[in-house]
Order: sequence, then structure tokens, then C-alpha cells
Amino acid sequence: MTETGGRARNRGGDVQAPPPLRPRRRGIGWAQRLEIVLLSGPAILMFVGFVIFPILMAAYYGFYRWKGFGPPTNFVGLDNYVTILQDTAFREALWHNGIILVLSLVLQAPVALGFALLLNQKIRGQSIIRVLIFVPYVIAEVIVGTAWSLMLQTTGAVNDVLRSIGLGRFAADWLADPRLAIWSLMLILTWKYVGFAVILFLAGMQNIPQELSEAAAVDGASYWQTQWRITLPLLGPTLRIWAFLSIIGSLQVFDLVYIIWGQYVASTAGTSTMATYMVVEGRNAGNYGFGNAVAVVLFLISMIIALLYQRFVLRRDTEGALTEGR
Amino acid sequence: MAQSRWGNPIVYAAALMLIGVMLGPVLYIIIGGFRTNSQITTDPAGFPDPWVLSNYTDVLTGDTFWRQVGNSTIAALATTVGVVVLGVMASYVLARYRFRGRGAMYALFAAGLMFPATVAITPLYILVKDLGLVNTLPGVILPQIAFGLPTTIIILVPFLQAIPKEIEEAAAIDRCSRLGFLWRMVLPLSVPGLITTGILAFIGSWNSYLLPLFILNDQDGFTLPLGVQAFSSQYSVDTAKVLAFTSLSMIPALVFFSLFERRIVGGLTGAVKG
Repeated sequence: MTETGGRARNRGGDVQAPPPLRPRRRGIGWAQRLEIVLLSGPAILMFVGFVIFPILMAAYYGFYRWKGFGPPTNFVGLDNYVTILQDTAFREALWHNGIILVLSLVLQAPVALGFALLLNQKIRGQSIIRVLIFVPYVIAEVIVGTAWSLMLQTTGAVNDVLRSIGLGRFAADWLADPRLAIWSLMLILTWKYVGFAVILFLAGMQNIPQELSEAAAVDGASYWQTQWRITLPLLGPTLRIWAFLSIIGSLQVFDLVYIIWGQYVASTAGTSTMATYMVVEGRNAGNYGFGNAVAVVLFLISMIIALLYQRFVLRRDTEGALTEGR
Repeated sequence: MAQSRWGNPIVYAAALMLIGVMLGPVLYIIIGGFRTNSQITTDPAGFPDPWVLSNYTDVLTGDTFWRQVGNSTIAALATTVGVVVLGVMASYVLARYRFRGRGAMYALFAAGLMFPATVAITPLYILVKDLGLVNTLPGVILPQIAFGLPTTIIILVPFLQAIPKEIEEAAAIDRCSRLGFLWRMVLPLSVPGLITTGILAFIGSWNSYLLPLFILNDQDGFTLPLGVQAFSSQYSVDTAKVLAFTSLSMIPALVFFSLFERRIVGGLTGAVKG
């Protein structure tokens, strides 16, 4: 596909002479090929260069004990991986990611579905409502983390509000108490991301043809029966895509934890994640080889989960997108 | 469900509650910036009394904030342009050319959705270092473009596919080449999709933290998220000022988003439908 422009154009001319005779699949001319290469080449180059290649390099560096200076020389084979898998700090981080993953689905889906069902009615000001509940999603995690850590500290606004409404006995050290910290994190994550789920579900519901619920109403179905039998099943693809995004996001949680709990406290408060482990033990400690090995583990876990999910859950939804037109 | 034009009051009550919960912390940041530190210490959840402007004016008259706004703006605009231009070119190929390997190419980009920059961050840092781009904005921009491409392409391909074949045939009869068709017909027709992806890229870049954290070590080159973090640790006792700094730094993303909310939601759901 690396023909020079001139040659490609000539060939293109040749092929174009009897244009419509060839069936569409095989006979694409050189001019078309050149266009394909020129148009998609830059994107592919960028993507391979800055996404695929770094992941491959991580796999390579991960076999070395390497401080990041000069080419890696101290080949240690699978030592880094053995260390990672034996490190209780990593297993804790993995466990926290698991908790975040499950709780994100369990907490956000019902809340978001409830609000989407409520808002999916003929009400005034729906567009402004949608903008407002999307606000936390649009704000940077750094800002979210900074604000919530101020509010949740022992002398912060949350405890103050609890005391002023007579619930002072529930005031707590939300960020440092290991029994509470992960729940504080979940509270913040839910606050930030539930609006996205609401908006997504709402949009999905509005794509469901109204005739279906009207027909159900004619047949005597109650409101809840209609939602249960028609809206929810037809919302399936939206729900499955949302769950996929949520799962992948849960495995990658970094900003919030790193901002709120810093690089040292996260492990004692019980909120460390694989990504914070990677940054703290890799970059901050200067062990680049080790950090890369952690990246590989994180990548493999994400990929296995993503592939399994695509294979068993998303298949029906993405099939059309990947093979359409055939 | 025979209701008046206004619908069920319970719905409004629930919507108000949700909005209250969603906006409460944001208002806490903004209003907190109008308080003094002693007000915050004595009454952490109270309203400003009196309202003071000095936190905001201090931030706005200092050059740290504006330098970081400048850096963030350059990074976000360059990322947006790169993502949209490269994304629309590749999406055009994926949407309107028939060739072997097209499915594989689409799958390659779709797979990129699974791998946010977190996974590749350490080797990315090394790559950027080898390219001599550490501590420079291009060192942030190039990876951001690459990681923005999957979302862009997934959103744009259905958009470009939706343009009727008849328009393309008519253009061909009028002796318009495929590239001319891209330029004269496809781009104007896909403006809504371009805006959606552009805004997503802009906000993504404006908010991004991990990549700049690795690439930018020098305070002068900081983007706003790094700036917010540096500011809040540097002035950790000056809570009011941190709140002012923080609330000012979220304005552009909020403005952009509220202007284009419809397009973003439309684009996202278009992509979800596949």
C-alpha cells in the first residue's frame, strides 16, 4: 500500500475505464487505495504510535529491573510479575478495584434507572434538568477531589451539616477511617458518574417508539407493567454499554484517589487502586521496569474482562456495528 | 396518565432533589470562594458573611492562573483540532469505502475504547521522553490526540454512514471526486457530529490529569488540573483561595458543555446504538 502518488493515479485511471462492471468488494482501484491510505494513515499512525506501541513497550520494559535511565539492561524475566502477585499491597489494590467495580454497578444502575424513568415523562424544562445533572460529570476529577476532600475532612462541611441537623453522632473521619474511606470514595464516584448514567438511560428511553407503550396501555397494562415489560427490555443495549463503560472505568480509577488520599495514605485508608499502586510503586519510587509490569497486569485484567464482556454480553449489540453493510 | 400540561408534581420534586444533590458540592466550591478562611473554620457549611471578593480577585490578578489557563487552552484546542481532523478522515474511510481490512481497522480503534491512557502511562512517558517532548505541551497533545481517536471514530462513523448514497452518486455524476465529496458534502453535513466529538475532546483534554502529571514537571508548563493540585497543596491553609481557584478553573468546561449539551448527548447515544 505504499505506492507513489503518480503510479497510483495512473493505475487508478486504468481501472476506472470500465467502472461499474466489477462487483464492489474486490475491484477497488489504486486511486481509491491511495485515498484510503492518505485519509486513514495519519490516524492509524498516531494510534499505533501512542497507544499500541506504548503498550507493547510496557510488556518489554516489564521484564527488566530498570530505573528509567538509558536502555534497560538488567533482565529479570518474570521477577517483577512474581513480586506484584505476591505483594499484599497489590492484592489489596486489586480488591479495592473489585469493590469499586461491583458497587458502581449496584449503586448507580437502580438510582439512575429510577431517575431516568421519572424524568422520561412530559415535563417542562427537561433540557435544563439534563444539563444540571450532567454538571458533576463535566467537572475535572481534580476539582471534584479537591472539593470533596475539603467537605469530608473532620472539620469539613459534611460533619458540620450533620451536627447542625442533630445527627452529630454520625460525624466521622470520612477519609482516614479505613472502614469508611472506600464508602466515601464510592459516594464521590456515584455523585460524579450517576448523572452520566441518567442521561444515557434517558436518551435510550426516548429512542423507544412511543407506539409500544401506547399499545400496551390499550391492552390494559399498568404504568409499571409497561416499564417492566417494554421500557427495560428495550433499554437493554444502553444498559449493557453503560455497564461496560462503568466496568472499564472502575478498573482504571486513579485521579480521585491520588488527589484525595495522596500517594501514601491510600493504602492505609483502604482506597488504593491498581493505577495508584502503579504510579506510586513505579514512577514515584523510580522503578520504571516494575511500573511497566504493573501496567501490563492492569492491561491484561482490563482486556480479559473487556473481551469476556464483549463475547458474552455485548455481542448482540456490537455485531451490527462491526459487520454492518455485509 | 392524564395529567395537565405541566405533568406530575412528584416528578418535579424528585428532579429538584437530584439537581440539589448534584449541584450542592459545586455551589459549595463557588460560594466558599466568597468566604474568608476564618468563616470557613468557624462555620464550614455556612454562607459567606460578609461576601468577600478578594479570593477571586487575587487569583484573577495573579499570573499563575492565567498562565495555566493559557497552557490548558493550547493543549485542549490543539488536541481538539487533531482529534477531529484525523478522526473525520479515518471515519470517512471506514464509513464510505469498501475494502478488505476495514472490519479489522474498525475493531482496532474500537478496542482503543477499552484502554484509557492509564494503562499505557509509564511507557508513554518513556516514549515522550525519547522524543524529547517531556515538559512540553506537544508531549501532552500528541498522546491525547491518539487516545481521543477511538471515541471520535466510533461516534463519527455512524454519522458519515447516514449520509445517503444518492447524494454521493449525484456528486459523482457532477464529476465530484470522492475527496471533493468529502470536502464539499460530507464535512458540512456532519458538522453536528464534528461538534460533538470536538467538545468531548476539548473537555477531556481540559480535565485530564494523569498524562500531564507524568509529562509536565515544570510549574511554568502546568495545565489547570495540575495547577489546582499544586495550588491546593501550596495554600493548604488558605482554603478560601483554593476554592476560588478551583471554581474559576471549571468555568470553561461548564460553559462549553452547557452550550452543546444536546449535541453531546445525541452523539453519545448515536454511538451507543452502534
